[in-house]
Amino acid sequence: MGSRVATIEHLPRAKTPRTFFRRLRAGDHIAWAITALAAAAVLAITLLLVWELYSSSALARTKFGWSFLIGRTWDPVAGEFGALPFLYGTVVTSALALAMAVPLGVGAAIFLAELAPPRISDGLTFIVELLAAVPSVIYGLLGIFVLAPLMRRAGAPYGVGIMTAAVVLAIMILPFIVSISREALLSVPREQREAALALGATRWEATWQVVVPYARLGIFGSVFLALARALGETMAVTMVIGNTPQIGASLLEPGYSIAAVIANEFTEAVEDLHLSALIELGLVLFGLTLVLNALARLLIVMTKRKGAEQ
Amino acid sequence: MVDNLEIVREARPHAAAGPKLVVSGLNFYYGDKQVLHDISLAIPPNQITALIGPSGCGKSTFLRTLNRMHETIRNTRAEGQVLLDGEDIMAMDVVQLRRRVGMVFQRSNPFPKSIFDNVAYGLRVNGWMRKRPLAEAVEHSLRRAALWDEVKDLLHESAYKLSGGQQQRLCIARALAVDPEVLLLDEPCSALDPIATAKIEELMFSLKETCTLVIVTHNMQQAARVAEHTGFFLHGKLIEFNRTEVIFKRPRCKETEDYITGRFG
Amino acid sequence: MTRRKITNAVMFGLTGLCALLTISVLFFILGYLVYYGGRSLSWDFFTQLPAPPNEPGGGMANAIVGTGKLLLLTALIGVPIGFAAGVYLAEFGGRTFSSIVRYTADLLNGVPSIVIGIVAYALVVVPMKRFSLLAGAVALSIIVIPITIRTTEQFLRAVPHSLREAALALGARKWQTVATVVIPAAFRGVLTGTILGMARVAGETAPLLFTSFSNQFWNRGLDEPAATLPVMIFNYAISPYEEWRRQAWAAALVLLTLMLAANLAARLVLSPRGARHG
Ligand SMILES: Nc1ncnc2c1ncn2[C@@H]1O[C@H](COP(=O)(O)OP(=O)(O)O)[C@@H](O)[C@H]1O
Ligand SMILES: [Mg+2]
Repeated sequence: MGSRVATIEHLPRAKTPRTFFRRLRAGDHIAWAITALAAAAVLAITLLLVWELYSSSALARTKFGWSFLIGRTWDPVAGEFGALPFLYGTVVTSALALAMAVPLGVGAAIFLAELAPPRISDGLTFIVELLAAVPSVIYGLLGIFVLAPLMRRAGAPYGVGIMTAAVVLAIMILPFIVSISREALLSVPREQREAALALGATRWEATWQVVVPYARLGIFGSVFLALARALGETMAVTMVIGNTPQIGASLLEPGYSIAAVIANEFTEAVEDLHLSALIELGLVLFGLTLVLNALARLLIVMTKRKGAEQ
Repeated sequence: MVDNLEIVREARPHAAAGPKLVVSGLNFYYGDKQVLHDISLAIPPNQITALIGPSGCGKSTFLRTLNRMHETIRNTRAEGQVLLDGEDIMAMDVVQLRRRVGMVFQRSNPFPKSIFDNVAYGLRVNGWMRKRPLAEAVEHSLRRAALWDEVKDLLHESAYKLSGGQQQRLCIARALAVDPEVLLLDEPCSALDPIATAKIEELMFSLKETCTLVIVTHNMQQAARVAEHTGFFLHGKLIEFNRTEVIFKRPRCKETEDYITGRFG
Repeated sequence: MTRRKITNAVMFGLTGLCALLTISVLFFILGYLVYYGGRSLSWDFFTQLPAPPNEPGGGMANAIVGTGKLLLLTALIGVPIGFAAGVYLAEFGGRTFSSIVRYTADLLNGVPSIVIGIVAYALVVVPMKRFSLLAGAVALSIIVIPITIRTTEQFLRAVPHSLREAALALGARKWQTVATVVIPAAFRGVLTGTILGMARVAGETAPLLFTSFSNQFWNRGLDEPAATLPVMIFNYAISPYEEWRRQAWAAALVLLTLMLAANLAARLVLSPRGARHG
């Protein structure tokens, strides 16, 4: 053993005091405990969120029951609260936005994922990702000062209104549709498109007949995610929807959305019932986005799995 | 129970100590799938023991149980006994065990750190902090791994700048830094060219002084060149274990003969 | 045969047009902001407090500092929690609990930010009986946590298993392996993701409306309301005063510049291969 090199004597061999190692081993437990605590905090926050929305809306829920959802009058002074105008505004603006953004977004995604030369595709994708980072309040700003005057010329009496909000929303959700659809298309196995190309299909035929159907679920997923975003979008809509709790005869007329009324009235709500009604609107919004997000994830996971199986 | 104990004794009659590692009745499972069946053998000290067999027969799995690396994989279970110097490794502190039984993997896996930090890693996590002894130990390990002359001016460069063979020797140096009593090598040369392989074989010879080596190899010539003892695995069973020349010249089992003459695998 | 080729070319053009339209939005936004915002930017904008309505001059110094403080506080509260939880999911977690946490984080990520504002209001503003910087930071933290969790887990998982094995085989404890090998190897990616996440919450407005609220003066403590750039943009844009609207453009230009700079830095400098969004 003498031939072993001197440095080895520095080593804490088996006879190291046990406390040293016990301390180190405790490190694993400490690390586990700290990180598990953080993970549990996520659960706690979410539960707290649901509970808070549920319990703080108790007053409005017991007073109005389900008729809250179909009431057409929102009158804080009279203490009468019906959510229908907001539901209408939220759903209609989002649906219109989807109708405008989906064809454009999926088209762009097809171009980026399948048809464009890689170099160009990378550059454009990068810009799309930057676009997704633009804050919604900036879309709202442009909505008020650029889009609303245009809409007035196009026949909207006030410039602001349901249609204006829908256009702003469409522009906002476009980058999400593009980047998620693009990923769904990219997750289609190579062999699928190569097989089609080998049979003499043109690039477009391979894309449209093979790749797009294959990625269908993922593309639907992107649509649902975009819809969830549109429903919950607050600032841009608040700034251009007109903030009038009515169900107008025309889409060009002003309306209101759930998120917008919360944003506008929350700090001014002095009556408990008013606050409670606003929180119940928050609960409704939460429920809507929850369902849509769950559906979207399911679809995206299903496409990915399909890709992995092959 | 341990059927090759005699062979070990016979090989080194003058060895004061018994076998370095004694494995008895080892069964191993990935989930429900049993991949090792009732393995028993003894590994003689300060020698090189080679394990050969077709791929998928459980050599790597067996090697991993010797320093409990299998515990890093979910859903694994080992039954049976492994004694290191007569001490049950399952009862030992796993970190102490791995300090004493080091491992070198098939694909070299240096950390994305400097060469120095790679070699110093095992010492640092064991509480070595002072600069001087650390630097000495790093130099010593690199010398033992015959890498010092090649890297002494690059100590603070990224380990990824080294060639494949150098990276593998760096991994050996890293394992040697904590001064293990046993070094397990899992196909250490499978990704290397013949020159790098020769260097590592040379290195293994020089390490016998201070270490017990167990090497898994798919290369039978390599086993024949370096190992005093060789074990042949097939379908999760240890078919034959003997002195290397016996295995290669007069195997007792038909399967062994078939394998070394290249009739399958 | 030729018809098929024509279809091919036409569809190439059409989808290309879609892509062009999509990205043109960015240049459109940039153009307007630079044109209107640039005209309204002045040294005063960065150094002065807001002026009362209809008085010329004034700036948003308090909002710029407020946004900075808010982000710092968010980085101190939200990022560590998200990071630790991400480490748990990638390294320490059992199967069932991890998938519950993962699913919950995804769910939280999809909650509209205005709803998060309500919750932060209930959790912080109501007990403290006042709007506060802290409440705003809590709201933004709730938003940033799921983003951080996801990027952390993703980048830690991308670290090869062989590096973990190497460390463990050298006698490192699990926590040492994670702290000295896995996290350093994933560091750039995690940092990139974190910067992108912070950039995203920097522009959040809705959850601040009734948490950090707004303030015409300097914020002097965690328990006071604070002006922030996004909320100022909103308040000024919907105001009837010409001067305030001009300042809203200027503030939007500053905010967008900051966000684009953070995005470019994160995507180009820190991780050339690009961290994915989310
Ligand atoms: N992580 C694992 N999970 C499940 N089965 C595994 C795992 N690793 C190896 N196996 C299986 O165990 C058997 C032995 O593998 P291994 O020990 O790697 O063989 P060898 O090193 O001899 O090629 C093989 O059948 C292999 O498929
Ligand atoms: Mg193997």
